Amino acid sequence: MPIFSFYIINKAGGLIYQKDFEDYKANKLMVNEHLRLGGFFHGIHAIAAQVAPVAGSSGVEEIEASTVKLRCFQALTGTKFFVTASPSQASLDVFLSQVYEYYADFVLKNPFYELEQPIQGCDKFVAHLDALVASLSA
Amino acid sequence: MVGLSSFSYLFSELIRHSQSRVTAIGPLEAKLDAAGFQVGARMVDLISLREKSGKREVKLKNVLVLIQTSVFRTLFGKSADALAQYSSDDAEEYHIVDNEPLVNRYISVPRDMSDLNCGAFVAGIVKGVLAGAGFPAEVVAHNTPDDDGRYPYCTTYQVRVTAVDVRAREK
Repeated sequence: MPIFSFYIINKAGGLIYQKDFEDYKANKLMVNEHLRLGGFFHGIHAIAAQVAPVAGSSGVEEIEASTVKLRCFQALTGTKFFVTASPSQASLDVFLSQVYEYYADFVLKNPFYELEQPIQGCDKFVAHLDALVASLSA
Repeated sequence: MVGLSSFSYLFSELIRHSQSRVTAIGPLEAKLDAAGFQVGARMVDLISLREKSGKREVKLKNVLVLIQTSVFRTLFGKSADALAQYSSDDAEEYHIVDNEPLVNRYISVPRDMSDLNCGAFVAGIVKGVLAGAGFPAEVVAHNTPDDDGRYPYCTTYQVRVTAVDVRAREK
């Protein structure tokens, strides 16, 4: 059921936002490990789009394992939103498009946010994200 | 009618543009205030013409009610939530309260600037309307989150009329 972690990476592959939600049993990642994971996923995504047998592949959309599922949404600007959750968690694509809307509203329309930089101090974005995750876990 | 997104991007750029030219919060608010004043000064005639068939309000209280209702409704789609009078020895003081200011809907102010309220723009509008109606006043936007946390971004526009001749006229 639960959502584990949520990530936003900018079009250069840099992690600009990350948040852990569920207190999962596996070891917590450190900040640097999150950064590496973000960059790594960016690479996989780019390679997958290149090696795909059909032209115009959108890259990785979902990775599923026995204990975890990763769902990715790439905006037209190249900003990627991805979330890790337990495999039984449904409607992650709806979740991601909703978060994209919050990002467009509360981050991009915030005059104090610098484009492509880490998202800090966008309290309203975080509040809406938390509420959304809470509504999914309820 | 203007889309909320279009307005928000424009307002956001207004703030960024103003911010790039100042180094402190006070001057930034002054710039937003000045921009709002131009809007308010134009609203006086528009509102009088639309709602009062060209007649001007001549009483301070009536102008403030007009701001709370017609001006806010025209600009933001809803009236301000409260208008209250405060006793003060050296001024006619009124507070206009907006529980969820539309201009701040998408704005999160960084912690190191927590005193800033971009509602300074709206304070400028109120000031502009009052000045146009013949009531030069000081208007300041304050962050006034309510106690039970329902409206954490509640903003109060504090209106103070200190000019002696204007106060005498009101008596």
